[in-house]
Amino acid sequence: MDILYLLIPLSTVLVLAILGVFAWALHGGQFEDLEREGERILDPASPNVDEDQTAVVGRAKESGSEQANF
Amino acid sequence: MAEGSLSAAGTAGTADATVYDDTVVRLFTLASILWGVVGMAVGVLIAAQLTWPELNFGIPWLSYGRLRPLHTNAVIFAFGGCALMATSFYVVQRTSQVALFLPKLAAFVFWGWQIVIVAAAITLPLGYTQGKEYAELEWPIDLLIAVVWVSYAVVFFGTIGIRKVRHIYVANWFFGAFILTVALLHIVNSAAVPISMWKSYSAYAGVQDAMVQWWYGHNAVGFFLTAGFLGMMYYFIPKQAERPIYSYRLSIVHFWALIFTYMWAGPHHLHYTALPDWAQSIGMIFSLVLLAPSWGGMINGIMTLSGAWHKLRDDPILKFLIVSLSFYGMATFEGPMMSIKTVNALSHYTDWTVGHVHSGALGWVGFMTIGSLYYMVPRMYGQTRMYSIKAIELHFWISTLGIVLYIAAMWMAGVMQGLMWRAVNPDGTLAYSFVESVKATFPFYMIRLAGGVLYLGGMGVMVWNVVKTAQAGRYVPLRIPVPHAMAPNAALGLPSAA
Repeated sequence: MDILYLLIPLSTVLVLAILGVFAWALHGGQFEDLEREGERILDPASPNVDEDQTAVVGRAKESGSEQANF
Repeated sequence: MAEGSLSAAGTAGTADATVYDDTVVRLFTLASILWGVVGMAVGVLIAAQLTWPELNFGIPWLSYGRLRPLHTNAVIFAFGGCALMATSFYVVQRTSQVALFLPKLAAFVFWGWQIVIVAAAITLPLGYTQGKEYAELEWPIDLLIAVVWVSYAVVFFGTIGIRKVRHIYVANWFFGAFILTVALLHIVNSAAVPISMWKSYSAYAGVQDAMVQWWYGHNAVGFFLTAGFLGMMYYFIPKQAERPIYSYRLSIVHFWALIFTYMWAGPHHLHYTALPDWAQSIGMIFSLVLLAPSWGGMINGIMTLSGAWHKLRDDPILKFLIVSLSFYGMATFEGPMMSIKTVNALSHYTDWTVGHVHSGALGWVGFMTIGSLYYMVPRMYGQTRMYSIKAIELHFWISTLGIVLYIAAMWMAGVMQGLMWRAVNPDGTLAYSFVESVKATFPFYMIRLAGGVLYLGGMGVMVWNVVKTAQAGRYVPLRIPVPHAMAPNAALGLPSAA
């Protein structure tokens, strides 16, 4: 079963990576208000995003620019 | 429908990142339906070949051994794969409220994936195969798959990276886990030494190869056919039911529990083989553990309708989605049970396994895909509902009847075969020859064929409905809602797409 020398380290690395992502999600605020997040996708009228939920990414870039003309 | 009014952009220019990038979504949606019909038609043909072997017609390209991998590849990677790519690109844009990252690369993902599918449809009947189940394609195609898959990952995670909503919706976690794990599985399992353009040998040998193959094979079931479709489930069931998921908290637990425990269930495919006994037992234990997260997710999805069960009566799309979850529950109970070594001693190598796979494939994967596509197709053509709701209802009932015939026939055939093969006379000789069990299976093969024909017929109804819907509507780019914080004109009450 030499193959386990490949598969077990691979799985261990993977589990550690999953743990890392989990820690990021936990400390990054992903789980802060879970029930509200479940309802967010159903909100038909509002743009679904409010100020405290706006990701930092992209905000600076777009905040000053002209939005679409419809 | 929960949909807000559909708003047309003044121009259809999708380079403008204010509309969702749905071109690739639409292409994948249509491709999924097309390949579904093709893959299931091949399935019906080989089911008929098992019943009447003369249907090989003496032509090597049409022989069962070559068409069977064509069937599995077509339904899993072409039908299921295109559906996963369509829905993941659809969902990640809506839940991140941003257009696709690198839309040109997304177009490459579509055309590259179609080339893979066509290459499979040519090489498999010609007999080019690596001989690994669900990983039959030869090395040049494997390389193309790797390139396309990495591009898929770049587009998906890039879109997550530029998202405008800080929270990553649970469906995206499932899609993300599916994309990353399948990349890893494919690259490790397909490692091979080529000796010519269309012939290679696996990098692993003997039982090592078997272990890698089923580490791949079962995780392909776990991440391609489960995690990815759970991503669909967590988006399309709440949307279609117009209710939030029963417990969003449980969905998070479901995700982490599933991905932490899935990896080591594979050895249950190798019970009573040359694989060491302890490795088999580990596979069995992990398989049993999987029952918990699977049922947690299943209950979470079904209970979303709690307090609104009447919707199930009136809405055939919800019927598809919820019955799909019921099959998920059945298959994820049956699977761990079959992984118990004493049960496996009866079920292994029999048609019970085929029945189990198809209750998952036709019921869970197929119905989840069909329900999600019925949700998406009208929205790809500027509408909110399919051309004919009655046709969806008809599709649902003939498909369900087809599945019931299929899996009930295979259960009976499988248990009968297992019992016949293990029956011994008082003097210790076998009570039945193998061919006697084949002969006894004949009527069940007939019933299975009938079930397959019904399921394929349902797809025919779907094709008609999709064509009618597409003819009646027109593609309308959907505007991305603009967050309050950055859009003064959001307060002007402009329409937006949910």
